[in-house]
Amino acid sequence: MTGPALAALAPLVVIGIVVIALLLVISIRRGHGLTAVLTMAGIAVAFAALFHPGLRRPVSSEALLVFDDSARLYTGLILAGAAAVVLLSFGYFGREGARPDGARRGPREEYQPEEYYVLLLLASFGSIVLVAAVHFSSIFLGLEILSVSLYGLIAYPRDVPSAIEAGIKYLVLAAVSAAFLLFGMALVYAETGTLTLAGMTAVPGNVSDRVVWLVGVGLIVTGFGFKLALVPFHLWTPDVYQGAPAPVTAFVATVSKGAMLALLVRVFARVDVAAQEGLFVSFAVLAVASMAAGNLLALLQDNVKRMLAYSSIAHLGYLLVAFLASGGLAATAVAFYLVAYFVAMIGAFGVVAVLSGGEREAEHLDDYRGLFARRPWLAGLFTGMLLSLAGIPLTAGFVGKFFVTVAAGSAALWALLIVMMVTSGVGLFYYLRVVVAMFMQPAAVEAPEEGALPVPLTATLTLAMLAAVLLGLGVFPGPLLAVIDAAVARG
Amino acid sequence: MILVWLIAIPLGAGVAAWALDRGRGDVSRWVALAGITVDLAIAASLWTASGTPPVTGPAGPWMVELDVPWIDQFGIRFHLGLDGLSLLLILLTGLLGVMAVACSWTEIRDRVGLLHFHLLWVLSGIIGVFLALDLFLFYFFWEMMLVPMYFIIGMWGHERRIYAAVKFFVFTQISGLLMLVAIVALAVAHGRATGTYTFDYSQLVGTVLVPDTAWWLMLGFFVAFAVKLPVVPVHTWLPDAHTEAPTAGSVVLAGLLLKTGAYGLLRFVLPLFPGAAQQFAPIAMALGVVGVLYGAVLAFGQTDLKRLVAYTSVSHMGFVLIGVFAGTPLALTGAVLQVLCHGLSTGALFILVGSLQERTHTRDLGRLGGLWPAVPRMGGMTLFFALASLGLPGLGNFIAEFLVLLGTYPVSPAATAAAAIGLILSTVYALRLVQAAFYGPPQELAPVRDLGVRELAITTTLIVALVWLGLYPQSFVETAAPAVSRLTAMRQGMLR
Repeated sequence: MTGPALAALAPLVVIGIVVIALLLVISIRRGHGLTAVLTMAGIAVAFAALFHPGLRRPVSSEALLVFDDSARLYTGLILAGAAAVVLLSFGYFGREGARPDGARRGPREEYQPEEYYVLLLLASFGSIVLVAAVHFSSIFLGLEILSVSLYGLIAYPRDVPSAIEAGIKYLVLAAVSAAFLLFGMALVYAETGTLTLAGMTAVPGNVSDRVVWLVGVGLIVTGFGFKLALVPFHLWTPDVYQGAPAPVTAFVATVSKGAMLALLVRVFARVDVAAQEGLFVSFAVLAVASMAAGNLLALLQDNVKRMLAYSSIAHLGYLLVAFLASGGLAATAVAFYLVAYFVAMIGAFGVVAVLSGGEREAEHLDDYRGLFARRPWLAGLFTGMLLSLAGIPLTAGFVGKFFVTVAAGSAALWALLIVMMVTSGVGLFYYLRVVVAMFMQPAAVEAPEEGALPVPLTATLTLAMLAAVLLGLGVFPGPLLAVIDAAVARG
Repeated sequence: MILVWLIAIPLGAGVAAWALDRGRGDVSRWVALAGITVDLAIAASLWTASGTPPVTGPAGPWMVELDVPWIDQFGIRFHLGLDGLSLLLILLTGLLGVMAVACSWTEIRDRVGLLHFHLLWVLSGIIGVFLALDLFLFYFFWEMMLVPMYFIIGMWGHERRIYAAVKFFVFTQISGLLMLVAIVALAVAHGRATGTYTFDYSQLVGTVLVPDTAWWLMLGFFVAFAVKLPVVPVHTWLPDAHTEAPTAGSVVLAGLLLKTGAYGLLRFVLPLFPGAAQQFAPIAMALGVVGVLYGAVLAFGQTDLKRLVAYTSVSHMGFVLIGVFAGTPLALTGAVLQVLCHGLSTGALFILVGSLQERTHTRDLGRLGGLWPAVPRMGGMTLFFALASLGLPGLGNFIAEFLVLLGTYPVSPAATAAAAIGLILSTVYALRLVQAAFYGPPQELAPVRDLGVRELAITTTLIVALVWLGLYPQSFVETAAPAVSRLTAMRQGMLR
């Protein structure tokens, strides 16, 4: 491997080194704070490495990975998301907690959260591989690194049955989706004789005659559908989101899905989806089903984590609409919407994490009743995140939704747009339910363990920063848009 | 820059009112009052400056204009502009804003700073709607009005406030999203035709559209404005929201939010889609007539005093819809005046009903009655505004409704005749309002205080304004004239 090629992989190399270093450090001296600081430092260096001049021009490394501008953009997003999750996790695992039976128990640090950060970094590593992958083998490698780390992360609180259950569910799901993906890749390989993405999409002539290729691509899409939790491949989502610790849920909902979506865009970048009727219709069906089912099922939830799970399903549906619009505008819209979605989702789960005391997650709607009277700032912040998810002005979510609308509008996807508008109108109900509970209803019973739950400083800073970004992007989206435009136009 | 101040001052005052809230919240009230009074003063100074000579500035129809780039990549600009129509509505916003702060002085005792924060942000959003000349910016403000209003209804409202707040939010949001699709579609169509993608009003106005496309896009805009106006059958959020909101909320809803719908029709639907609007006019006028009659009949049937006043809005705004789509100069002028007069008279009625509820703790007409001997000043004031609402000559509402009918007659005698029946029905409900609350045998209620100095000042100001509109409407007609003549010129062009 040559020097420039290695430099091109700088973010991956840095993360890899930090993972090994962390393992060594942990074996010598356990320390929650130390581990978290090292993790953050690693992420920061990796982020800085993105601006390394060696990365200025796209370098492909052994034809497995390409760090072009769009890969760098998504890598930056993944690293930023991971950093926010690390900060939230530090507060979450470092907290003193009271058992429901009243007996004081040690902090969550009894879970020995040091290895948690190793897994988190590995999952980010896998995600970065995914967004830069241009070859079936690197796609599969990235996917497995991501999935295997996530099993561990989801089931990390190992004496909590629901977390174990969620971990096993995710394991089954990931195995199934990997099987679909592999079989699909095999069929495409049988037809095209190559494992590169460029070769896969270089299909001559009329595609509808090439049944094997079509079936292969269909299976690949199914595998993606599982990972992206598109309806009807979404059945695992609410259970996993509910069972996993809140910061991990934030990671699954944003970083892991974002990486898959970026990969989806890359895989189909060279296929004119709009011209392939079969592909277009199947994606459109997935989008409509996700928007409709996600928003409708979220209405029925009393559990905030489950509600956010269905909401994320709906959001992936909106993102698919932008994806289907294809063209430069669509790529910009997807990237911007993804950023807005990252900020709001991590923020929302961050609030859940901050409120989760002891070994109980603050996941029921009752936990949020009267929150405004007790914690006005937190309630206001959560409202901001929810309104952004609902696409209300002054928030990044609004601008994102607007860009998606413009992209879909210029591709004349009117039917999809109308579905998106109507279902997101329905979606308002459940976001407002939480807002109503926080602002307009008295606390359910006496608020348990309120005094014992100070908000950790790191979480405060993270949430404040997310809120600032949320509002900043909502009012001045121009600068980010310029960055995204440059990246996806050149990429 | 002065336009930015109009929007920014309420925003800043709102934040200050919230931040300075200590204990009883009197500071918040004064800060909020000062903020919105400054806005009113700015608007008034613009108005006096606009008198002579003409109401148009050097750069097109706008007296004051501000245009800076915002999101270049999508051709979105921060473009504000003020013409006579927006100026009149901003004056109304300032005046009713002051009234809304004043009328909640004793009613709201809970989280005072926060209420004024929301109140001023709604007002700022409304002013933004009246000024925006970029369709993205317009939609931005359009939605910005929504959230604070939702909180005002949901946090300080009456018994069924949460139901009302959510219903209000969902109705306006869904219709707003349809408008968003129409906005984008219009920009895309314009971009395809000319090669430049823009959301700028002045550039989009000339867009030539295929009639079918124009029809659908016009409907997208119309639905959003129809929900706000409101037009039967999408009016059902209104009685709930108006009834459950606290007094300040009802005043802003009835006096200002409904007016954004009328403004949208005048500023966007007619100029952007002249042909389609012309085609749609018979349907719209029919809907307007239905609204006039249906609203009046339902108002008569209510036993809840606030609900009664709320339904009168449905009836009165029907006249606006008829006037806008009749499209003759007289009818358009009438519609503009009706917007102003209805804002004042209904705002005043809500303030009076609110103060009555504050004293008696009921809005149920069955439990009220015979109050006149106890509260003669309140009775007199209510009678005055009820008479204004039924269109007594000499007051603004009469001029407005008369002009609408006069201007509609050449276009559609049938609609005129049917709408005129509404005038009779309005007499019935207005008199019932006064009679059931103030006449008849006294009910057993705790002793009721009469209006105080603050409330008398509020109502007197509104009376002066209504009498001015009734006796010398010319000062307002002149301000609106350029906008009206532009609309009529456009319509003439279409008819030819």
